[in-house]
Amino acid sequence: MAPRIDVTDLDLYYGSFLAVQGVTLSIEPRSITALIGPSGCGKSTFLRALNRLHEVVPGARVEGKVVLEGSSGQVVDLYGSDVDPVDVRRRIGMVFQRPNPFPTMSVYDNVAAGLRLNGARMNRSALDDLVERSLRAANLWTEVKDRLDRPGGGLSGGQQQRLCIARAIAVEPEVLLMDEPCSALDPISTLAIEDLMTELKEHFTIVIVTHNMQQAARVSESTGFFNLAGPGRPGHLVEINPTGKIFSNPDNRATEDYVSGRFG
Amino acid sequence: MSTAIRPAPVIDIPTGTRQLPTRRRLRRSSTAGLYLAGLLAGGALAALSGSGIVLAAGYGAVLGTVAVYVVSRSVEGRRTATDRLVTCVVVAAFGIAMVPLVWLLWTVVSKGARRLDGTFFDSSMLGIVGPGGGGYHAVLGTVVITALAAVISVPIGLLTAIYLVEYGTGRLKAAITFLVDTMTGIPSIVAGLFAYALFAVFFGPGVRLGVAGAVALSVLMIPVVVRSAEEVLKLVPAELREASYALGVPKWRTIVKVVVPTSIAGLGTAVMLALARVVGETAPLLVTVGITNGTNLNPFDGRMATLPVFAYYQLTQPGFPPGFAIDRAWTAALVLIALVMALDLAARLIGRCFAPSTRR
Repeated sequence: MAPRIDVTDLDLYYGSFLAVQGVTLSIEPRSITALIGPSGCGKSTFLRALNRLHEVVPGARVEGKVVLEGSSGQVVDLYGSDVDPVDVRRRIGMVFQRPNPFPTMSVYDNVAAGLRLNGARMNRSALDDLVERSLRAANLWTEVKDRLDRPGGGLSGGQQQRLCIARAIAVEPEVLLMDEPCSALDPISTLAIEDLMTELKEHFTIVIVTHNMQQAARVSESTGFFNLAGPGRPGHLVEINPTGKIFSNPDNRATEDYVSGRFG
Repeated sequence: MSTAIRPAPVIDIPTGTRQLPTRRRLRRSSTAGLYLAGLLAGGALAALSGSGIVLAAGYGAVLGTVAVYVVSRSVEGRRTATDRLVTCVVVAAFGIAMVPLVWLLWTVVSKGARRLDGTFFDSSMLGIVGPGGGGYHAVLGTVVITALAAVISVPIGLLTAIYLVEYGTGRLKAAITFLVDTMTGIPSIVAGLFAYALFAVFFGPGVRLGVAGAVALSVLMIPVVVRSAEEVLKLVPAELREASYALGVPKWRTIVKVVVPTSIAGLGTAVMLALARVVGETAPLLVTVGITNGTNLNPFDGRMATLPVFAYYQLTQPGFPPGFAIDRAWTAALVLIALVMALDLAARLIGRCFAPSTRR
């Protein structure tokens, strides 16, 4: 089920400003790919291009090709003219930097939101099952099972983030994009989410943007390093390699400087 | 670098050697007392010189402020004294701002209470000359016409605001924003004449209809709804919209199920405040709806009575003896103020009841 993602010559614009230039990479199925790099180098912008959330920003546009290749060999060009961005986002879920549960909804409704908001009709017990399964998968079930009807905004930050992960996986996407999911969390919640990612990669293709190089080294199979030549210049992918290689013997000098803390 | 855990260095803080410098402070009661003494002195001064209550309050505020500042400066130092001086000025400004409000309320309540009886609420002016009579027809007329205005302007206003915040780009958005801003400034009589002219096209000159009044009020109400609803919708964080998009929810469903429910409290408040803004309009109703002595609750059939126009005619054409009609006008004004206050209160209640709670 988990697809492979092939990106070819991707350029991302905000209006006339070229934010990310010429990204070509492959993301392997059922693995975690980490994207690292200094602030403003376009990691998050690139990530948002993968589920066509980039174009939600007024004036933002995309050039290049992103292809989703399913395990059955079926191929979809995400930016093809006959592809609805809404369908893309149903297949590629996302977890954001700041936990953003819907404030008007209970814990239960937040998890069910993906289905409810899409107008899916489901009988109560099937929905109950789905909510429990998603919350268990997000390691949150034991903490919230007695307060499913309380507002999602009342949970702690780490719990809210896991609630958002449960919400994202409840719609059963094939790819999970995570934009610095732990940057607002304490070490214990971070650990919980990292363990969760390791479990989830059995079923999903996961791409995570992180500023925490230890985190990239801990969880990911391969790591991509983004950099930018200077202020106002577009960001670009410097290299992508297996994580062990990036952190011990990278191909590029800039990568070595970055991961060893000499700049950035 | 070794990862062995080193014992935390012990920092020896000698107790009692360093203390925060203590300052002499005036007690709250003593500053209040000083200010009060200044006020009384000002009153005495005004009484001696034979000037009125306004001058007395002015003298008193100045004397009180000076007394507080001088004493505070000598006891507490310059910084605290400046703080107290500004506090005194702010309190005085607040007092001045409250004067017209309290004065107005007092006048309306004291004069309006005379006819605030059962008769006022259960009889119209049909066949009334002299005492008795009431505003039953006017109260209901105001309710009907304002409700009709809300029915017209709330959908238009909310949808316009949603368009401006969620969809609008470029020239069209700028043009709509500009027109809405211009509409906000339209004098109410112009709105009334517009509605009158519009209905005169279809029903001939001299037309008086409740629905024409509702249209006139809508012209005034729509820009208010648009502007305040726009501000409320802008407050919904972009992250929530993106969270919804990321779940594969189409834009229109995101708006209906996430954006609007998140801001429903603010939208309710916006509508209520816009209603409160138009419920007391007189001029547009004067030219479009007119007045009648009997009860007419059908806005599509001829003249209706409304509270502001009722008050206006009772005051300007009181008949003889004029006292009874003028009393009715004051009571109508009092009921109108109560109506506006009830709407504001409803706005607050809506805001509180529908606000997303974070109860754990």
